[in-house]
Amino acid sequence: MRHLLLTLLMLLAPPAFAQDLASVLQTHRDQIEKPSRRTIAPVIEALAGAGPQAGPVLEAWADRRLGLSGERFVIVEGDRATDAVTGTPVLEEARLLKPNSGVRGLIGAALVQFQLADSDPARRAAALDAIARAPDDTHLAALRAAGDEPDPTLAARRARLERLLTIRFDRDPQARIAAIDTFSDDTGADLQAVLNPLLATTRIVAPKFPEGANVAADLTPGEYMPEDEAYRLLVDAGLAPARLAPEAQKLALAAHVVNGAVGGVPVAELSRPDRRDAAYDALAAAGLVPPAATAAQVERAVSAHRFADIYTEPDSGVTDAARGALRAMALRQGVMQAADLTLDALSLASIYFLAAIGLAITFGVMGVINMAHGEFIMMGAYTGYVVQTLIGGRTLSLVVALPSAFAVTFLAGVVLYRLVIRHLASRPLETLLATFGVSIALQQIAKNIFGTQARPLTAPAWLEGSVGWGEIVSISTIRIAIFGLALLFLCLFLWIMNRSRLGLEVRAVTQNPGMAASMGINPDRIAMLTFGLGSGIAGIAGVAIGLFAKVTSELGSDYIVQSFMTVVVGGVGNIWGTLAGAALIGFLQKGIEVMNPANTLAAQTWMILLIIIFIQFRPRGIMPTRGRAAEA
Amino acid sequence: MLIRKHPSVLVFLSLLAIFTVAVTLMSEAYGSGVIATSTVKTLGKTLCLALAAVAMDLVWGYAGILSLGHMAFFALGGYMIGMWLMYARTGEIVAATLATAPIPPTPEELQQGITGQIFGVVGSADLPLTWTFAGSLPMQLLLVLAVPGLLAFLFGWLAFRSRVNGVYLSILTQAMTLALSLWLFQNDNGFRGNNGLSGLQNIPGLAEVPQAVISIWFLWASALLMAGGYLLATWLTAGKFGSVIRAIRDDETRVRFLGYPVEAYKLTVFTISAMICAAAGALYYPQAGIINPAELAPIASVYLAVWVAIGGRGRLYGAVIGAIVVSLLSSWFTGGRAPALDLGFARIEWVDWWQVLLGFGFVAVTLFAPRGLSSLIDVVARLRPPRRMGTDLGPDFSALREREAEA
Repeated sequence: MRHLLLTLLMLLAPPAFAQDLASVLQTHRDQIEKPSRRTIAPVIEALAGAGPQAGPVLEAWADRRLGLSGERFVIVEGDRATDAVTGTPVLEEARLLKPNSGVRGLIGAALVQFQLADSDPARRAAALDAIARAPDDTHLAALRAAGDEPDPTLAARRARLERLLTIRFDRDPQARIAAIDTFSDDTGADLQAVLNPLLATTRIVAPKFPEGANVAADLTPGEYMPEDEAYRLLVDAGLAPARLAPEAQKLALAAHVVNGAVGGVPVAELSRPDRRDAAYDALAAAGLVPPAATAAQVERAVSAHRFADIYTEPDSGVTDAARGALRAMALRQGVMQAADLTLDALSLASIYFLAAIGLAITFGVMGVINMAHGEFIMMGAYTGYVVQTLIGGRTLSLVVALPSAFAVTFLAGVVLYRLVIRHLASRPLETLLATFGVSIALQQIAKNIFGTQARPLTAPAWLEGSVGWGEIVSISTIRIAIFGLALLFLCLFLWIMNRSRLGLEVRAVTQNPGMAASMGINPDRIAMLTFGLGSGIAGIAGVAIGLFAKVTSELGSDYIVQSFMTVVVGGVGNIWGTLAGAALIGFLQKGIEVMNPANTLAAQTWMILLIIIFIQFRPRGIMPTRGRAAEA
Repeated sequence: MLIRKHPSVLVFLSLLAIFTVAVTLMSEAYGSGVIATSTVKTLGKTLCLALAAVAMDLVWGYAGILSLGHMAFFALGGYMIGMWLMYARTGEIVAATLATAPIPPTPEELQQGITGQIFGVVGSADLPLTWTFAGSLPMQLLLVLAVPGLLAFLFGWLAFRSRVNGVYLSILTQAMTLALSLWLFQNDNGFRGNNGLSGLQNIPGLAEVPQAVISIWFLWASALLMAGGYLLATWLTAGKFGSVIRAIRDDETRVRFLGYPVEAYKLTVFTISAMICAAAGALYYPQAGIINPAELAPIASVYLAVWVAIGGRGRLYGAVIGAIVVSLLSSWFTGGRAPALDLGFARIEWVDWWQVLLGFGFVAVTLFAPRGLSSLIDVVARLRPPRRMGTDLGPDFSALREREAEA
């Protein structure tokens, strides 16, 4: 298509230009044949001025498709060749020209103006891409000279590019400042790439500042930088002799050991720094070693010079505008990042909520901590994995996995209750330890069955990918789904507790088991069902967690401490406490991670410390049980 | 007096002495060599673990505080002594290297050399502030007790003051040890991150003494410390102090209403127990040779509680029995020496299934033998708990039992 257009162009081209192109080619034949980067510029300019027909020639030249067939220039296209001026097919053998990369760069720059005027929008876009990739000052002229752009998106891109190039290459500072100011609400990486070099500084040290220097920062030694650093700069600049390093001193002393002494000081005494200095001074006095710079000399040298960071950009107006623009950009980015972070924290909170809700139920109703809760989460994740190996379709397997994970862990919870917890009623610490025994056993059993390597639990395709706003704010679809799941369970829980018969009985047993029993409720059965419900939700949380984390036998223990924290911080009184606890912990963890991004370990340490301190002020959590139901 | 009141102390001490002498006579260094040096080390380490279990029993069995973070104090003690061991030992090596140079090194150069050797792994060149006293043995020995003691005091003060107890307290102690281990895992805070401290079996100044001899010395030291710790714990629990902390375990509110400063008692017993643990750790890790933050993982502390529960809490020899039996059994099973069990349809390799056995065994002990293994001793000594008969009458733990009420 593109070549057809080119041919059409060639056919339409007025003869006067063609003549012109031919004569230009003929005049500069030698130069074109053996181009040199330093001398070729006028030739390219002449070619570029030779009318639209010169475009294909330049393009072919840059692509190493321009050849010489006898006297004529030909454009080679696959195994066909056409005359560069007339466009007629050429049958003779052609010798291709091989311009070097420097020359091709120059040709490419000249080509831009042809490409910008091309009738094919794709080629115009490609030209803009090429400019954006490696801009130089010739492009600025080409961009400004180019005619109207019919395509609105391309026009916007071109205008933006023109302004970016203005900032970089325009000679008039006012125009540059004006261009910077036009980017008032932009956070593009290309803009940053243009603005940052403007603020590049070099550190200078001189007796006086150079005339008209654009000073970024005046560095007074002792105030803005340490004296040692200042003196090192002086030494690097060759303005002062180097200080005597301890290593050099040692070497010099070792080289002058005479009869077990250096400069009259016995070697055995040289383990003291002051004796070393004395020995060195003695050597220096004897002229054996160069004298070392003394502290007074150093001080004098430092105070005789001025130190500063100087912008490479001479115009202070431009640097001020650039700095202002970058600062505004950083602020906008900060806001976006805060939004992104809030999303991350919300997603983390919903995971903790899902993991902790089952724990909160059992703890709230029975006052026992189920240490095997983490293993129920793991069990749910492995159930999801097994279901996925049995059922092919990912969506279908997920739909089956959620209820089956609930069923498996519900049963496991009921069995655990019947066999262990029931017999340890009202001995919470022993329940804690017994369930811990179950936890190590379950973990090891999982290891024996599934091995130690991580098992994948793959999400369906519609859960992959992410949703985003702008360049910074984004969240993966899976996390949104988990958030939805957490919301769903919150509603489900509220409904069960406040609207169903089971919830009524659970609340009755929680408040007063004896009274509930005398009203015909079987507290044992209620406790068993509650325990099963809590465990079942742990299983569902396991499937959710397994979707984004690898399923291993240690999956549960990774989340269990955070789940405990969530329950403890939230208070066992009600579900809102758990929600508040999960939110607090999620936001706290993300917040600390941001303050110290390189170190997630530190983040966790601080989080736990903060929670321990928090417990000091709210020993019963954010939303404690109040009134008669609360234990003493 | 103490022995007349508690004859078990005498039995325990004589058994300990017989054990130590027997091991010495069978060791490679001082006897027939029946017991390998590595086994001697294992026995010495087991004694230290048993002492930690005694400390755990003190807080849990007697004061009713289920601390799931006691191994943090144990490991901290190890870290404190490990700092000296590593610093002094590296110092010897660096001094030997620098002694061949023509110019004798300055103290700073020596310290720089040591720092480079120790902290090169984590890419640091300065000696951290925490290592200020690493060169001095008396200071580090003091820190072995002071640092864990102070940590326990602060933590206990904060927790007990705000009346955090029961399950909450257990979870908090677990969080404490997790936080500490995560903190130690970081490279940049001066404890060599996950590399931990290593080469602790090389005792500075004793480079010429073979490990066989050193291991016996450590066994003696461990036995001495065990005896001392046991006596201290017995003395604490025997007197009035012991009565008060047992009363706190059984009903904290009543003791408070009787006018006892419950928090002060709890704090005292918690801190003392942490310090006993730390002393045990300081002897344990030179025998183990290496310490790293994984030693502070919450699971380690839970195992400590498991030992005490299996042995029988509320009596000191129970804790010792539990720690020795479970840790020796554990190393027997996981060492691959236990014969595999053939069930026909499956083969039980104990390396894989020991944890399962331990887990379920622990549940069984909790359910069926709340007084643990030491109830076997009761059977022998014909001691029986009062027959309270039947299940609880009321929801409260101390409520009358069914048939007790009838009688």
